[in-house]
Amino acid sequence: MTQTISNKQNRTGLALVSTPLGFSLLLLAVPLTMVILMSFWTQNYLVLEHSFKLDNYIEAWTHPLYQQLMLRSVRISFLVTLATVLLSYPMAYFISFYGGNNKVRWLFLVTIPFWTSYLLRVFLWKVILGYNGVVNSTLDWLGIIEEPLVFILYNSNAVIIALTHAWAPFAILPIFVALEKIDRSYLEAATDLGDGPIRRFLRVTLPLSMPGVVAATLIVFIPTIGDYVTPKLVGGKDGLMIANMIQVQFGKANNAPLGSALAISAMGIVGMISILFVGLNRRWLKKE
Amino acid sequence: MPKSIDAPTNGVIVDLNKVSKYFADVPAVNGVSAQIREGEFFSLLGPSGCGKTTLLRMISGFEQPSSGSITIAGVPMEDVEANERPTNMVFQSYAIFPHLNVEENVAYGLKRLGLSKPEMLKQVNEVLKLVDLSGYNKRPAQTLSGGQRQRVALARALVLKPKVLLLDEPLSALDKKLREQMQIELRHLQRTVGITFILVTHDQEEALIMSDRIAVMLDGKIAQLASPQELYSRPVSKWVASFIGVMNFLQGDLFRDGGDKLSVDAGILGKISLNQEQIPVPVATGPVTIGIRPEMLTVLYDKNSTAEFELNAVIMESDYYGDMTYYTVKVEQSELVLIVSMRNTAGRTVLKEGDKARIGWGSESLVILAESTSSE
Repeated sequence: MTQTISNKQNRTGLALVSTPLGFSLLLLAVPLTMVILMSFWTQNYLVLEHSFKLDNYIEAWTHPLYQQLMLRSVRISFLVTLATVLLSYPMAYFISFYGGNNKVRWLFLVTIPFWTSYLLRVFLWKVILGYNGVVNSTLDWLGIIEEPLVFILYNSNAVIIALTHAWAPFAILPIFVALEKIDRSYLEAATDLGDGPIRRFLRVTLPLSMPGVVAATLIVFIPTIGDYVTPKLVGGKDGLMIANMIQVQFGKANNAPLGSALAISAMGIVGMISILFVGLNRRWLKKE
Repeated sequence: MPKSIDAPTNGVIVDLNKVSKYFADVPAVNGVSAQIREGEFFSLLGPSGCGKTTLLRMISGFEQPSSGSITIAGVPMEDVEANERPTNMVFQSYAIFPHLNVEENVAYGLKRLGLSKPEMLKQVNEVLKLVDLSGYNKRPAQTLSGGQRQRVALARALVLKPKVLLLDEPLSALDKKLREQMQIELRHLQRTVGITFILVTHDQEEALIMSDRIAVMLDGKIAQLASPQELYSRPVSKWVASFIGVMNFLQGDLFRDGGDKLSVDAGILGKISLNQEQIPVPVATGPVTIGIRPEMLTVLYDKNSTAEFELNAVIMESDYYGDMTYYTVKVEQSELVLIVSMRNTAGRTVLKEGDKARIGWGSESLVILAESTSSE
């Protein structure tokens, strides 16, 4: 009797899980496996050689161009993450601690940029940062600058600004949730035990909100390293990132295996950095 | 008593002077004045919403009084922030920092003081020993039981040697057995360290067991401030009497008995002459409320035993508590219903519903109560 029930339950469970499982197998595991396989093959002009070779990886890791792009991607992604988390934390802190009854309204406002398409938002940054853009004409009108600033568009700074803006909500939300979960009596206890606002923040609020900061960091860092729309639109030639090169390899250069090797390498680097970050953070949290 | 200027503390550690707190025009605390003495175990007792926690939070500095002043150890607290007050608090939720272990929690407030590591560890270990948690130094906060958390919270506050320790319903999260044990332990601890404890509780039994003095609060005011014995035997109002323990209430008529002696006509219970002790607050002659505690009434089991006053009654309900039995009895030829408690000593039978019983009492067992003045 119990056997049949559990069988029935198993079957229901399988039926429920099969659709998303099939979906993720088809759309995630299969392409990923294909990319991994392809990264070991060789493109011989028009022919794809199905042999197992490490040549693509050797090229990806030794060629100065790819090294430079990879380093730049990591640097941009790192700076975007840093800027996003540093700017999002006060925002989340404000909503959580001073939002009162308007917390939902504030969070709603945070999501407003999502109402327009991402492309449109990036184009708007061109309008804002451009040679005759909002920033330059305002500064000029105020008499602060004589020549328009050029370091804010068509280079990596523009990429960093646009990406930081785009990813801020993804950082605000996890940090907000982490701050909301902190029992306010911990803060009162810290005050009661003699801490002023700054010490209390460093000793209680910050350590207890670290899970949110870690989540925000990963959520921003992992996707931005592979972003290719933003650098293409506002990055100019100095702001291009590894994903632009991967796109070129799969497209114009017609070297999908090298593109695959670059993609897998980028993935590996992101993975390593993320694991290192989580590990360091865990040790740091344990200590204090 | 006029306050002396030369000796500002005068044995008083916390001086509350007409303290009020309004939340959006609603008074939570309404003009409370009280002087809490150095080294005493003081309790703020009252039902939820009576303002006792707000009062405690004003002493700790988490809330500012809307009017009135608070002086701690002779220093006005008006401009003293919560983190600089000579008070420490044991929170209702204990608020043990979840990211720190026991030792780090206890040392939290010490870290600021710039002590050497061995000195700090010595102090931590001393206080952990005091609360019976020796050797728990490295335990993570999350692995502690409710009782252990409570001890850590106590240790964390006591290690700073505050002038006043504030306890916000510290035992309400514990189960009954542990709570009773902790009541005794807290009392011992307070006597050992000699620090003034101010306890907030809604549990009247807890307040009676632990306190030197109790302020019973109702609607933001102190209804009565007295020692436990005084509070129990001489409550100033019907409300206080019913909040502290069980009390039978009867209607009576107060009159002058010839000279300046007062007597009360308690209807079917007869005319009883009173002494001054039985009238906690001056009452005008005329209709009054009479209070009698259940243990002041006795079931006269033996035919030959007598009491100063006697009545025949029928048991309506019999509630057996193990050590005690509470009888709800109806007095014969009357609508009067009384609660009588009897200790279940050897050989004493527990009476059942419908049994007849003779109830006896003495004239000294009564107390004359003013109508509840605080609840308006």
